[in-house]
Amino acid sequence: MNTETVNKTKEVAEQTERITGAEAIIKCLMAEGVDILYGYPGGAIMPVYDELYKFRDQIHHVLTRHEQGAAHAAQGYARISGKVGVAMATSGPGATNLITGIADAQIDSTPLVCVTGQVPSALLGSDAFQETDIVGISTPVTKWNHQVTKASQIPEVLAKAFYIAKSGRPGPVLIDITKDAQFEEFDFKYEKCKGVRSYKAIPDTDPKSVTAAAELINNAKKPMIVWGQGIILGEAEAELKAVVEKAGIPAAWTILGASALPTSHPLNIGMVGMHGNYAPNKLTNECDVLIAIGMRFDDRVTGNLATYAKQAKVIHFDIDPAEINKNVHADIAVLGNSKESLALLLAELNENIHEAWHQEFKDLYAIEYDKVIKNDISPTKEGLTMGEVLKQINIESKGNAAIVSDVGQHQMIACRYSEFNITKSNITSGGLGTMGFALPAAIGAKMAAPGREVVAIIGDGGYQMNIQELGTIFQQKAAVKIVVLNNEFLGMVRQWQQLFFDKRYASTEMTNPNFVAIAEGYYIKARKVVKREELADAVKEMMESKESYFLEVCVEKEGNVFPMIPSGASVSDVRLS
Amino acid sequence: MKEEIKTLTISIYTENNIGLLNRISAIFQRRTINIESLTTSQSEIENVNRFVIVVNITESQAKKIVGQIEKQIEVIRAYYHTDEETIYTESCMFKIKSKLLFEEPQIQNLIKDSNTRIVTVNKEFFVLEKSGRRNEIESLRRDLNAFGIMQFVRSGRIAVTKDEMKVTEMLAAFNNK
Ligand SMILES: Cc1ncc(C[n+]2csc(CCOP(=O)(O)OP(=O)(O)O)c2C)c(N)n1
Ligand SMILES: [Mg+2]
Repeated sequence: MNTETVNKTKEVAEQTERITGAEAIIKCLMAEGVDILYGYPGGAIMPVYDELYKFRDQIHHVLTRHEQGAAHAAQGYARISGKVGVAMATSGPGATNLITGIADAQIDSTPLVCVTGQVPSALLGSDAFQETDIVGISTPVTKWNHQVTKASQIPEVLAKAFYIAKSGRPGPVLIDITKDAQFEEFDFKYEKCKGVRSYKAIPDTDPKSVTAAAELINNAKKPMIVWGQGIILGEAEAELKAVVEKAGIPAAWTILGASALPTSHPLNIGMVGMHGNYAPNKLTNECDVLIAIGMRFDDRVTGNLATYAKQAKVIHFDIDPAEINKNVHADIAVLGNSKESLALLLAELNENIHEAWHQEFKDLYAIEYDKVIKNDISPTKEGLTMGEVLKQINIESKGNAAIVSDVGQHQMIACRYSEFNITKSNITSGGLGTMGFALPAAIGAKMAAPGREVVAIIGDGGYQMNIQELGTIFQQKAAVKIVVLNNEFLGMVRQWQQLFFDKRYASTEMTNPNFVAIAEGYYIKARKVVKREELADAVKEMMESKESYFLEVCVEKEGNVFPMIPSGASVSDVRLS
Repeated sequence: MKEEIKTLTISIYTENNIGLLNRISAIFQRRTINIESLTTSQSEIENVNRFVIVVNITESQAKKIVGQIEKQIEVIRAYYHTDEETIYTESCMFKIKSKLLFEEPQIQNLIKDSNTRIVTVNKEFFVLEKSGRRNEIESLRRDLNAFGIMQFVRSGRIAVTKDEMKVTEMLAAFNNK
């Protein structure tokens, strides 16, 4: 041993402390900068909760009312902050209750670390009380998962968990820790993970691919950008804006890409996909170069692949090599982090404007405005629309609120009509379409960004899927604004029944409870609006409230969301009615 | 135009991890692809495992699947190859009643002609072992079946590729970073 290694060993010895696995878990979380985590206690995780009690001044554990709520709250926290969200649960039912949130985080690339307690290692496989194979169950819906049976493994495994969750294309990681490992004492020392040899977080960007992409774009007559969440996850908002402006390219977004470029930006041409805007959907099949950035050509975006952008050369920027050619053939693939690859692209782009081409989008927007938007946001006939509620929220928020939407018609309306000035402001369950997401996700978002206005837009159906989280809002004094757009229907399903099942409304109509009384039962200020005249004032009162506020708006029962690409149809067959 | 379905060999270099088999097989299961055979063993690199998986799919399916497999954290590298690009073999064992060895002279000829090895012989039964291509093993099985087989078992395919894998270089590059 040379003197250097001797010194190092001494140093290490001095840095270690003898603590339990449970305490180590908390110390690991704190070393990773975790200030808030969401969870629910139970037998197999009690040693960790005991340590949470000890460290309660340094790390804030939020008791949700259901583990699904904990997972979604951690997602909301992660989505608004870009940090890793943390959820904790006990073994068995506690762990399985996390699964929906984990699956949601997997498909929407949200960085989560979930820690579950497990029965003592000696009981594994014995069908012990509250034993469930959560590693097996969560395997297909996690980026990585691992079971820890010895305290000494905790620091390295948790360090790896945070690294994997956050790096590259983010995703959820589940770490299952047996109870004996939580009790066991060992010499603790924490070192952050700097790499995993079998995992390349960010693929190298081939400069030749960037040059080829730039050449194609420079020669394009009708280029169109569709960006996704890859811009937000890569924090490439400024680079996207610079590319769009320099090359004068009309740019559309997927549902998870929303807010990366302000709504008011003149080259922001709206949302693509099933209920996206008319122009970008239609003109996907007219552009000559389609530039996809950090998006994965989900079927809700592309409609029928056989008729999707067949005329266009496709350039695909992505951090995940497995996305290239998965659904749509890429003529040029640019791998890498969007922030870096777009910066490289920018340098090679010519300044350009595509006025006539941009005008085509404006013309189609005018048609959509006339046939759909006008009636949605400034209706003249009786019956409140979801769109006018969103318009009123925009007026009060001035486009600065974070909008957390649930799943259904109200979600599509929220994404279509919300105005966004600030990135990371559209928090919704895109890939999984998880009803029940919004209420807990809004809690996480508000706690991660207390300075921001957080408005949850929820349907009367989805609201009742995690309504118990009103208890968390009350206990945490989380000043979340909750808007329930009550159409007394599982509206989105009813819309499909109307359009494709001859109006056979099988199990979609709901007899709803007194929502205001329920909110008030949790000591949350609440108001119900049934008439147009009351709407503006109610929204204003809600937005001005310093505390959480519940607003129920009774909207027309059988309103429909348009435009719409019927499933299996082509993007250019987008319907306006 | 329908793309041709081929027999493809997927080779995967991985870290040695308990859950990985589950993760990899789930990738096939999700896409309702039947795994024809799966073998896992130590690879040429210390502490690195190798999976050899045989499937009947199109090459474009294979490309996507290899992408999904490589995406798994503990997978170091994954490849797919056609039969022409690999040297491959399977092996099998037969357990047969000993008295047949003496009563049926045909069996002895079969053993000799097919390059089959006698692993053990005792009073009750004898055991044969043979490696080779699937068709050779199948034809031997048919021939022996005429006399009666007590037990038959065949392994999955094992294969090495004609071209280099460069996994060692990849791991070295990580270590030097
Ligand atoms: C957990 C879950 N179950 C079922 C569905 C299917 N689904 C999609 S939208 C929808 C209706 C949602 O109704 P509501 O929350 O009232 O919203 P609305 O469409 O009426 O605005 C349903 C049942 C889903 N997305 N998630
Ligand atoms: Mg509804």
